[in-house]
Amino acid sequence: MKLTALVAAFGALLTSIAAPAKAGVTHVAVAANFTEPAREIAALFKEKTGHEAVLIFGASGAFYTQITHSAPFEVFLSADAERPQAAIDGGFAIADSRFTYAIGKLVLWSRVVDVTNGEAALKAGNFSKLSIANPVAAPYGTAAVETMNALGVYDALKPKIVQGNSIAQAFQFVDTRNAEVGFVALSQLHGVTEGTRWEVPPNLHAPIRQDAVLLKTGADSEASVAFLAFLKGPEARAIIEQFGYALE
Amino acid sequence: MPSFPPEIWVPIRLTIELATITTLSLLIVATPLAWWLARSRAWFKEAAAAIVSLPMVLPPTVLGFYLLIALGPDGPGGAIAGLWGARTLAFTFTGLVIGSIISSMPFVVQPIRNAFAAIGDRPLEVAATLRASPRRAFWTVALPLASPGLLTGAVLGFAHTVGEFGVILMIGGNIPGRTRVMSTAIFDFVETMRWREANILAGGMVAFAFAVILSMILLEKRFARARA
Repeated sequence: MKLTALVAAFGALLTSIAAPAKAGVTHVAVAANFTEPAREIAALFKEKTGHEAVLIFGASGAFYTQITHSAPFEVFLSADAERPQAAIDGGFAIADSRFTYAIGKLVLWSRVVDVTNGEAALKAGNFSKLSIANPVAAPYGTAAVETMNALGVYDALKPKIVQGNSIAQAFQFVDTRNAEVGFVALSQLHGVTEGTRWEVPPNLHAPIRQDAVLLKTGADSEASVAFLAFLKGPEARAIIEQFGYALE
Repeated sequence: MPSFPPEIWVPIRLTIELATITTLSLLIVATPLAWWLARSRAWFKEAAAAIVSLPMVLPPTVLGFYLLIALGPDGPGGAIAGLWGARTLAFTFTGLVIGSIISSMPFVVQPIRNAFAAIGDRPLEVAATLRASPRRAFWTVALPLASPGLLTGAVLGFAHTVGEFGVILMIGGNIPGRTRVMSTAIFDFVETMRWREANILAGGMVAFAFAVILSMILLEKRFARARA
Protein backbone atom coordinates (compact mmCIF):
# COMPACT_ATOMS: atom_id res chain seq x y z
CA MET A 1 0.00 0.00 0.00
CA LYS A 2 2.72 2.33 1.00
CA LEU A 3 4.60 1.43 -2.11
CA THR A 4 1.68 2.15 -4.44
CA ALA A 5 1.23 5.54 -2.77
CA LEU A 6 4.90 6.20 -3.29
CA VAL A 7 4.72 5.17 -6.92
CA ALA A 8 1.65 7.34 -7.44
CA ALA A 9 3.38 10.29 -5.83
CA PHE A 10 6.43 9.70 -7.97
CA GLY A 11 4.25 9.53 -11.05
CA ALA A 12 2.56 12.78 -10.11
CA LEU A 13 5.94 14.36 -9.58
CA LEU A 14 7.10 13.19 -13.00
CA THR A 15 4.06 14.61 -14.77
CA SER A 16 4.34 17.87 -12.89
CA ILE A 17 7.94 18.14 -14.02
CA ALA A 18 7.07 17.07 -17.52
CA ALA A 19 4.05 19.34 -17.88
CA PRO A 20 5.86 22.70 -17.81
CA ALA A 21 8.25 21.47 -20.48
CA LYS A 22 5.54 21.48 -23.11
CA ALA A 23 3.37 24.13 -21.45
CA GLY A 24 3.95 27.73 -22.29
CA VAL A 25 3.80 31.05 -20.53
CA THR A 26 1.80 34.05 -21.66
CA HIS A 27 2.00 37.57 -20.29
CA VAL A 28 -1.38 39.22 -20.07
CA ALA A 29 -1.88 42.93 -19.49
CA VAL A 30 -5.16 43.15 -17.57
CA ALA A 31 -7.28 46.24 -17.00
CA ALA A 32 -7.48 47.00 -13.26
CA ASN A 33 -11.25 46.41 -13.02
CA PHE A 34 -10.84 42.84 -14.27
CA THR A 35 -8.25 41.89 -11.63
CA GLU A 36 -10.27 39.36 -9.61
CA PRO A 37 -11.98 37.46 -12.45
CA ALA A 38 -8.66 37.38 -14.34
CA ARG A 39 -7.01 35.69 -11.35
CA GLU A 40 -9.69 33.01 -11.20
CA ILE A 41 -9.62 32.48 -14.94
CA ALA A 42 -5.82 32.20 -14.97
CA ALA A 43 -5.92 29.61 -12.18
CA LEU A 44 -8.51 27.54 -14.02
CA PHE A 45 -6.62 28.00 -17.29
CA LYS A 46 -3.51 26.54 -15.73
CA GLU A 47 -5.47 23.64 -14.27
CA LYS A 48 -7.08 22.79 -17.62
CA THR A 49 -4.26 23.46 -20.07
CA GLY A 50 -1.04 23.47 -18.06
CA HIS A 51 -0.15 26.83 -19.57
CA GLU A 52 0.67 29.66 -17.24
CA ALA A 53 -0.82 33.12 -17.65
CA VAL A 54 1.27 35.77 -15.92
CA LEU A 55 -1.06 38.67 -15.16
CA ILE A 56 0.02 42.30 -15.09
CA PHE A 57 -2.60 44.71 -13.72
CA GLY A 58 -2.91 48.39 -14.49
CA ALA A 59 -4.71 51.17 -16.31
CA SER A 60 -5.58 50.48 -19.94
CA GLY A 61 -4.17 53.84 -21.04
CA ALA A 62 -0.81 53.10 -19.48
CA PHE A 63 -0.78 49.62 -21.02
CA TYR A 64 -1.50 50.99 -24.46
CA THR A 65 1.43 53.41 -24.20
CA GLN A 66 3.66 50.57 -23.03
CA ILE A 67 2.50 48.26 -25.83
CA THR A 68 3.38 50.88 -28.44
CA HIS A 69 6.84 50.84 -26.88
CA SER A 70 7.37 47.08 -27.15
CA ALA A 71 6.22 46.04 -23.69
CA PRO A 72 6.70 42.28 -23.15
CA PHE A 73 2.99 41.40 -23.17
CA GLU A 74 1.38 38.91 -25.51
CA VAL A 75 -2.28 39.47 -24.66
CA PHE A 76 -4.09 42.71 -23.83
CA LEU A 77 -7.37 42.71 -21.90
CA SER A 78 -8.40 46.34 -22.12
CA ALA A 79 -11.13 48.13 -20.21
CA ASP A 80 -12.37 49.60 -23.47
CA ALA A 81 -12.75 48.85 -27.17
CA GLU A 82 -10.76 51.82 -28.49
CA ARG A 83 -7.30 50.85 -27.31
CA PRO A 84 -7.31 47.30 -28.70
CA GLN A 85 -8.51 48.78 -32.00
CA ALA A 86 -5.76 51.40 -31.83
CA ALA A 87 -3.23 48.62 -31.17
CA ILE A 88 -4.48 46.87 -34.34
CA ASP A 89 -4.39 50.09 -36.36
CA GLY A 90 -0.89 50.80 -35.16
CA GLY A 91 0.30 47.34 -36.19
CA PHE A 92 0.86 46.09 -32.65
CA ALA A 93 -1.97 43.55 -32.56
CA ILE A 94 -3.58 40.89 -34.75
CA ALA A 95 -6.72 42.23 -36.41
CA ASP A 96 -9.03 39.22 -36.32
CA SER A 97 -8.18 38.31 -32.73
CA ARG A 98 -10.20 41.13 -31.17
CA PHE A 99 -13.42 40.30 -29.30
CA THR A 100 -15.51 41.67 -26.44
CA TYR A 101 -14.78 39.52 -23.39
CA ALA A 102 -16.94 41.49 -20.95
CA ILE A 103 -19.29 44.45 -20.74
CA GLY A 104 -18.68 46.49 -17.64
CA LYS A 105 -21.35 47.69 -15.26
CA LEU A 106 -20.97 51.02 -13.53
CA VAL A 107 -22.07 51.42 -9.92
CA LEU A 108 -22.41 54.38 -7.61
CA TRP A 109 -21.10 53.26 -4.24
CA SER A 110 -20.84 54.86 -0.81
CA ARG A 111 -19.81 53.86 2.68
CA VAL A 112 -21.07 57.11 4.18
CA VAL A 113 -24.33 58.26 2.62
CA ASP A 114 -27.31 56.32 1.29
CA VAL A 115 -27.08 56.02 -2.48
CA THR A 116 -29.69 53.31 -2.95
CA ASN A 117 -31.52 55.85 -5.06
CA GLY A 118 -28.42 57.05 -6.86
CA GLU A 119 -30.11 59.56 -9.11
CA ALA A 120 -31.66 61.37 -6.15
CA ALA A 121 -28.40 61.18 -4.19
CA LEU A 122 -26.44 62.72 -7.07
CA LYS A 123 -29.01 65.47 -7.52
CA ALA A 124 -29.08 66.23 -3.78
CA GLY A 125 -25.27 66.30 -3.68
CA ASN A 126 -25.00 65.77 0.08
CA PHE A 127 -21.32 64.88 -0.05
CA SER A 128 -18.06 66.79 -0.40
CA LYS A 129 -16.03 64.41 -2.59
CA LEU A 130 -17.07 62.20 -5.48
CA SER A 131 -14.45 59.77 -6.70
CA ILE A 132 -14.19 58.68 -10.35
CA ALA A 133 -11.49 57.13 -12.51
CA ASN A 134 -9.59 59.53 -14.76
CA PRO A 135 -12.17 60.10 -17.54
CA VAL A 136 -9.54 60.64 -20.21
CA ALA A 137 -7.55 57.51 -19.48
CA ALA A 138 -10.09 55.08 -17.99
CA PRO A 139 -13.39 54.00 -19.61
CA TYR A 140 -15.22 53.73 -16.30
CA GLY A 141 -14.30 57.36 -15.70
CA THR A 142 -15.70 58.32 -19.10
CA ALA A 143 -18.91 56.41 -18.34
CA ALA A 144 -19.17 58.17 -14.96
CA VAL A 145 -18.95 61.59 -16.63
CA GLU A 146 -21.49 60.52 -19.30
CA THR A 147 -23.84 59.38 -16.55
CA MET A 148 -23.61 62.67 -14.67
CA ASN A 149 -24.14 64.56 -17.91
CA ALA A 150 -27.18 62.44 -18.75
CA LEU A 151 -28.63 63.25 -15.33
CA GLY A 152 -27.78 66.93 -15.74
CA VAL A 153 -25.68 67.04 -12.57
CA TYR A 154 -22.15 67.15 -14.00
CA ASP A 155 -21.63 70.91 -13.76
CA ALA A 156 -22.94 71.02 -10.20
CA LEU A 157 -20.77 68.07 -9.10
CA LYS A 158 -17.61 69.02 -10.99
CA PRO A 159 -15.98 70.86 -8.05
CA LYS A 160 -16.46 67.76 -5.88
CA ILE A 161 -14.81 65.31 -8.26
CA VAL A 162 -11.55 63.65 -7.30
CA GLN A 163 -9.84 61.40 -9.81
CA GLY A 164 -8.16 58.09 -9.30
CA ASN A 165 -5.54 57.16 -11.82
CA SER A 166 -7.40 53.91 -12.46
CA ILE A 167 -10.75 52.47 -11.39
CA ALA A 168 -8.82 50.60 -8.66
CA GLN A 169 -7.78 53.90 -7.11
CA ALA A 170 -11.27 55.37 -7.49
CA PHE A 171 -12.48 52.38 -5.47
CA GLN A 172 -9.74 52.86 -2.87
CA PHE A 173 -10.79 56.48 -2.25
CA VAL A 174 -14.35 55.37 -1.47
CA ASP A 175 -13.24 52.31 0.48
CA THR A 176 -11.07 54.42 2.82
CA ARG A 177 -14.05 56.83 3.06
CA ASN A 178 -11.87 59.74 1.96
CA ALA A 179 -14.51 60.27 -0.70
CA GLU A 180 -18.08 59.74 0.48
CA VAL A 181 -19.30 58.50 -2.89
CA GLY A 182 -17.75 57.22 -6.06
CA PHE A 183 -18.35 55.53 -9.39
CA VAL A 184 -16.76 52.10 -9.39
CA ALA A 185 -17.05 48.88 -11.37
CA LEU A 186 -19.62 46.35 -10.20
CA SER A 187 -16.89 43.70 -10.41
CA GLN A 188 -14.98 45.49 -7.66
CA LEU A 189 -17.92 45.12 -5.30
CA HIS A 190 -17.92 41.33 -5.69
CA GLY A 191 -18.03 40.01 -2.12
CA VAL A 192 -18.34 43.51 -0.66
CA THR A 193 -21.29 43.94 1.69
CA GLU A 194 -20.49 47.36 3.16
CA GLY A 195 -22.20 50.54 2.14
CA THR A 196 -25.00 51.23 -0.25
CA ARG A 197 -24.90 51.00 -4.01
CA TRP A 198 -26.82 51.99 -7.11
CA GLU A 199 -26.33 50.17 -10.38
CA VAL A 200 -26.27 52.82 -13.08
CA PRO A 201 -28.93 52.08 -15.74
CA PRO A 202 -27.05 51.13 -18.93
CA ASN A 203 -28.94 53.71 -21.00
CA LEU A 204 -27.18 56.58 -19.17
CA HIS A 205 -23.80 55.91 -20.74
CA ALA A 206 -22.25 54.24 -23.76
CA PRO A 207 -21.65 50.53 -23.06
CA ILE A 208 -18.30 49.78 -21.46
CA ARG A 209 -17.18 47.15 -23.95
CA GLN A 210 -14.00 45.54 -22.75
CA ASP A 211 -12.09 44.06 -25.64
CA ALA A 212 -9.28 41.56 -25.69
CA VAL A 213 -6.69 41.33 -28.41
CA LEU A 214 -3.73 39.14 -29.29
CA LEU A 215 -0.60 41.22 -29.64
CA LYS A 216 1.90 40.66 -32.45
CA THR A 217 4.42 39.50 -29.85
CA GLY A 218 2.09 36.60 -29.03
CA ALA A 219 1.22 35.54 -32.58
CA ASP A 220 3.38 32.41 -32.39
CA SER A 221 2.79 31.73 -28.71
CA GLU A 222 0.65 28.66 -28.15
CA ALA A 223 -0.15 29.69 -24.58
CA SER A 224 -1.34 33.14 -25.64
CA VAL A 225 -3.65 31.81 -28.35
CA ALA A 226 -4.93 29.19 -25.90
CA PHE A 227 -5.60 31.83 -23.26
CA LEU A 228 -7.78 33.88 -25.60
CA ALA A 229 -9.65 30.74 -26.67
CA PHE A 230 -10.16 29.85 -23.02
CA LEU A 231 -11.44 33.36 -22.30
CA LYS A 232 -14.16 32.84 -24.91
CA GLY A 233 -15.14 29.46 -23.48
CA PRO A 234 -18.03 28.60 -21.15
CA GLU A 235 -15.91 28.20 -18.00
CA ALA A 236 -14.38 31.67 -18.27
CA ARG A 237 -17.72 33.19 -19.24
CA ALA A 238 -19.31 31.77 -16.11
CA ILE A 239 -16.64 33.41 -13.97
CA ILE A 240 -16.99 36.71 -15.84
CA GLU A 241 -20.75 36.78 -15.31
CA GLN A 242 -20.41 35.80 -11.70
CA PHE A 243 -18.27 38.91 -11.12
CA GLY A 244 -21.00 41.19 -12.39
CA TYR A 245 -20.20 41.73 -16.04
CA ALA A 246 -22.60 41.39 -18.92
CA LEU A 247 -21.66 39.30 -21.95
CA GLU A 248 -22.35 39.69 -25.63
CA MET B 1 5.79 81.03 -20.25
CA PRO B 2 2.58 83.05 -20.89
CA SER B 3 2.07 81.22 -24.19
CA PHE B 4 1.56 77.94 -22.32
CA PRO B 5 -2.02 76.87 -21.69
CA PRO B 6 -3.23 76.75 -18.04
CA GLU B 7 -2.93 72.97 -17.90
CA ILE B 8 0.82 73.43 -18.23
CA TRP B 9 1.52 76.45 -16.05
CA VAL B 10 -1.02 75.76 -13.30
CA PRO B 11 0.81 72.54 -12.26
CA ILE B 12 4.13 74.41 -12.45
CA ARG B 13 2.84 77.19 -10.18
CA LEU B 14 1.29 74.67 -7.80
CA THR B 15 4.51 72.65 -7.63
CA ILE B 16 6.55 75.74 -6.78
CA GLU B 17 4.03 76.72 -4.09
CA LEU B 18 4.04 73.22 -2.62
CA ALA B 19 7.84 72.97 -2.59
CA THR B 20 8.26 76.44 -1.09
CA ILE B 21 5.77 75.89 1.73
CA THR B 22 7.15 72.41 2.40
CA THR B 23 10.74 73.67 2.52
CA LEU B 24 9.93 76.54 4.89
CA SER B 25 7.96 74.21 7.19
CA LEU B 26 10.77 71.68 7.07
CA LEU B 27 13.41 74.25 8.05
CA ILE B 28 11.32 75.15 11.10
CA VAL B 29 10.72 71.51 12.08
CA ALA B 30 14.01 69.96 10.98
CA THR B 31 16.44 72.46 12.50
CA PRO B 32 15.59 71.82 16.19
CA LEU B 33 15.26 68.10 15.42
CA ALA B 34 18.70 68.04 13.77
CA TRP B 35 20.15 70.01 16.69
CA TRP B 36 18.79 67.48 19.14
CA LEU B 37 20.04 64.56 17.02
CA ALA B 38 23.50 66.12 16.83
CA ARG B 39 23.83 67.08 20.51
CA SER B 40 21.68 64.74 22.57
CA ARG B 41 23.09 61.79 24.47
CA ALA B 42 19.72 60.07 24.85
CA TRP B 43 19.90 56.32 24.29
CA PHE B 44 17.00 56.36 21.84
CA LYS B 45 18.53 59.11 19.73
CA GLU B 46 19.62 56.85 16.87
CA ALA B 47 16.26 55.08 16.87
CA ALA B 48 14.63 58.49 16.40
CA ALA B 49 17.12 59.25 13.61
CA ALA B 50 16.20 55.97 11.93
CA ILE B 51 12.49 56.82 12.07
CA VAL B 52 13.15 60.21 10.48
CA SER B 53 15.12 58.49 7.70
CA LEU B 54 12.47 55.85 6.96
CA PRO B 55 10.92 57.72 4.00
CA MET B 56 14.28 57.48 2.22
CA VAL B 57 13.97 53.72 2.07
CA LEU B 58 10.23 53.07 2.03
CA PRO B 59 8.54 53.02 -1.35
CA PRO B 60 6.18 55.98 -1.88
CA THR B 61 3.32 53.50 -2.08
CA VAL B 62 3.82 52.61 1.59
CA LEU B 63 3.81 56.26 2.61
CA GLY B 64 0.90 56.99 0.31
CA PHE B 65 -1.12 54.09 1.64
CA TYR B 66 -0.63 55.01 5.29
CA LEU B 67 -1.17 58.69 4.57
CA LEU B 68 -4.42 57.95 2.75
CA ILE B 69 -5.67 56.26 5.90
CA ALA B 70 -4.11 58.75 8.35
CA LEU B 71 -5.45 61.79 6.49
CA GLY B 72 -8.90 60.25 6.07
CA PRO B 73 -12.01 60.30 8.28
CA ASP B 74 -10.75 57.37 10.36
CA GLY B 75 -7.37 58.99 11.06
CA PRO B 76 -5.98 62.10 12.76
CA GLY B 77 -6.23 64.01 9.47
CA GLY B 78 -10.00 63.66 9.53
CA ALA B 79 -10.09 65.02 13.08
CA ILE B 80 -8.01 68.05 12.06
CA ALA B 81 -10.15 68.59 8.95
CA GLY B 82 -13.20 68.50 11.22
CA LEU B 83 -12.02 71.79 12.78
CA TRP B 84 -13.17 73.59 9.63
CA GLY B 85 -16.01 71.21 8.83
CA ALA B 86 -14.24 69.03 6.28
CA ARG B 87 -14.04 65.24 6.48
CA THR B 88 -10.59 64.47 5.20
CA LEU B 89 -7.23 66.04 4.42
CA ALA B 90 -6.77 63.81 1.40
CA PHE B 91 -7.32 65.62 -1.92
CA THR B 92 -6.31 68.94 -0.33
CA PHE B 93 -3.25 71.13 -0.72
CA THR B 94 -2.74 70.86 3.06
CA GLY B 95 -2.68 67.09 2.72
CA LEU B 96 0.00 67.33 0.04
CA VAL B 97 2.08 69.61 2.28
CA ILE B 98 1.85 67.09 5.15
CA GLY B 99 2.79 64.21 2.84
CA SER B 100 5.68 66.16 1.33
CA ILE B 101 7.02 67.21 4.74
CA ILE B 102 7.16 63.58 5.84
CA SER B 103 8.69 62.22 2.68
CA SER B 104 11.27 65.03 2.30
CA MET B 105 12.17 65.20 6.00
CA PRO B 106 15.32 63.01 5.88
CA PHE B 107 16.78 65.05 3.02
CA VAL B 108 16.64 68.18 5.19
CA VAL B 109 17.45 66.74 8.62
CA GLN B 110 20.55 64.84 7.54
CA PRO B 111 22.66 67.72 6.16
CA ILE B 112 21.67 70.02 9.03
CA ARG B 113 22.52 67.38 11.59
CA ASN B 114 25.90 66.80 9.96
CA ALA B 115 26.58 70.54 9.97
CA PHE B 116 25.73 70.83 13.67
CA ALA B 117 27.87 67.80 14.48
CA ALA B 118 30.80 69.23 12.53
CA ILE B 119 30.87 72.34 14.72
CA GLY B 120 31.93 70.28 17.71
CA ASP B 121 31.82 71.39 21.36
CA ARG B 122 34.58 73.96 21.24
CA PRO B 123 32.84 77.05 19.73
CA LEU B 124 29.90 76.54 22.07
CA GLU B 125 32.19 76.23 25.09
CA VAL B 126 33.93 79.42 24.08
CA ALA B 127 30.55 81.11 23.76
CA ALA B 128 29.64 79.86 27.23
CA THR B 129 32.84 81.28 28.75
CA LEU B 130 31.90 84.59 27.16
CA ARG B 131 28.67 84.30 29.14
CA ALA B 132 26.41 83.59 26.21
CA SER B 133 23.30 81.70 27.26
CA PRO B 134 22.79 78.34 25.47
CA ARG B 135 19.96 79.92 23.53
CA ARG B 136 22.07 82.86 22.47
CA ALA B 137 24.96 80.56 21.57
CA PHE B 138 22.60 78.58 19.33
CA TRP B 139 21.39 81.65 17.45
CA THR B 140 24.68 83.54 17.20
CA VAL B 141 27.24 80.73 16.97
CA ALA B 142 25.79 77.35 16.02
CA LEU B 143 23.25 78.49 13.44
CA PRO B 144 25.63 80.74 11.44
CA LEU B 145 28.30 78.03 11.47
CA ALA B 146 25.77 75.46 10.27
CA SER B 147 24.33 77.69 7.54
CA PRO B 148 25.89 75.70 4.66
CA GLY B 149 24.09 72.62 6.02
CA LEU B 150 20.84 74.54 6.27
CA LEU B 151 21.21 75.72 2.70
CA THR B 152 21.98 72.20 1.46
CA GLY B 153 18.99 70.86 3.39
CA ALA B 154 16.70 73.53 1.97
CA VAL B 155 17.80 72.89 -1.61
CA LEU B 156 17.49 69.12 -1.25
CA GLY B 157 14.09 69.41 0.47
CA PHE B 158 12.79 71.71 -2.24
CA ALA B 159 14.11 69.50 -5.03
CA HIS B 160 12.80 66.30 -3.49
CA THR B 161 9.35 67.83 -3.05
CA VAL B 162 9.32 68.93 -6.69
CA GLY B 163 10.23 65.36 -7.66
CA GLU B 164 7.67 63.73 -5.37
CA PHE B 165 5.28 61.53 -7.34
CA GLY B 166 4.02 58.35 -5.74
CA VAL B 167 2.74 59.86 -2.51
CA ILE B 168 0.95 62.66 -4.35
CA LEU B 169 -0.58 60.26 -6.85
CA MET B 170 -2.00 58.22 -3.99
CA ILE B 171 -3.42 61.02 -1.83
CA GLY B 172 -3.98 63.86 -4.29
CA GLY B 173 -7.02 62.93 -6.34
CA ASN B 174 -5.56 64.79 -9.36
CA ILE B 175 -7.59 67.99 -8.94
CA PRO B 176 -6.48 70.73 -11.37
CA GLY B 177 -5.23 73.80 -9.53
CA ARG B 178 -5.21 72.07 -6.15
CA THR B 179 -3.47 68.71 -6.21
CA ARG B 180 -2.31 68.15 -9.79
CA VAL B 181 1.38 68.98 -9.58
CA MET B 182 4.01 68.69 -12.32
CA SER B 183 4.94 65.07 -11.71
CA THR B 184 1.32 63.84 -11.76
CA ALA B 185 0.47 66.10 -14.72
CA ILE B 186 3.32 64.50 -16.68
CA PHE B 187 2.00 61.05 -15.80
CA ASP B 188 -1.46 62.10 -17.02
CA PHE B 189 -0.14 63.52 -20.27
CA VAL B 190 1.85 60.37 -20.98
CA GLU B 191 -1.14 58.13 -20.18
CA THR B 192 -3.42 60.07 -22.48
CA MET B 193 -0.81 60.19 -25.24
CA ARG B 194 -0.35 63.96 -25.12
CA TRP B 195 3.36 63.72 -25.55
CA ARG B 196 3.93 67.34 -26.60
CA GLU B 197 2.71 68.59 -23.21
CA ALA B 198 4.50 65.76 -21.41
CA ASN B 199 7.70 66.77 -23.18
CA ILE B 200 7.44 70.40 -22.15
CA LEU B 201 7.00 69.54 -18.46
CA ALA B 202 9.42 66.61 -18.42
CA GLY B 203 12.10 68.65 -20.21
CA GLY B 204 11.63 71.39 -17.65
CA MET B 205 12.06 68.87 -14.85
CA VAL B 206 15.32 67.59 -16.33
CA ALA B 207 16.68 71.12 -16.64
CA PHE B 208 15.58 71.89 -13.08
CA ALA B 209 17.15 68.75 -11.64
CA PHE B 210 20.40 69.46 -13.47
CA ALA B 211 20.48 73.03 -12.14
CA VAL B 212 19.86 71.81 -8.58
CA ILE B 213 22.57 69.17 -8.62
CA LEU B 214 25.09 71.44 -10.30
CA SER B 215 24.46 74.25 -7.82
CA MET B 216 24.81 71.78 -4.95
CA ILE B 217 28.21 70.68 -6.22
CA LEU B 218 29.36 74.26 -6.76
CA LEU B 219 28.08 75.35 -3.33
CA GLU B 220 29.87 72.50 -1.64
CA LYS B 221 33.12 73.40 -3.39
CA ARG B 222 32.78 77.00 -2.33
CA PHE B 223 32.14 76.14 1.29
CA ALA B 224 35.01 73.69 1.30
CA ARG B 225 37.29 76.47 0.03
CA ALA B 226 35.91 78.91 2.61
CA ARG B 227 36.67 76.42 5.39
CA ALA B 228 40.19 75.74 4.17
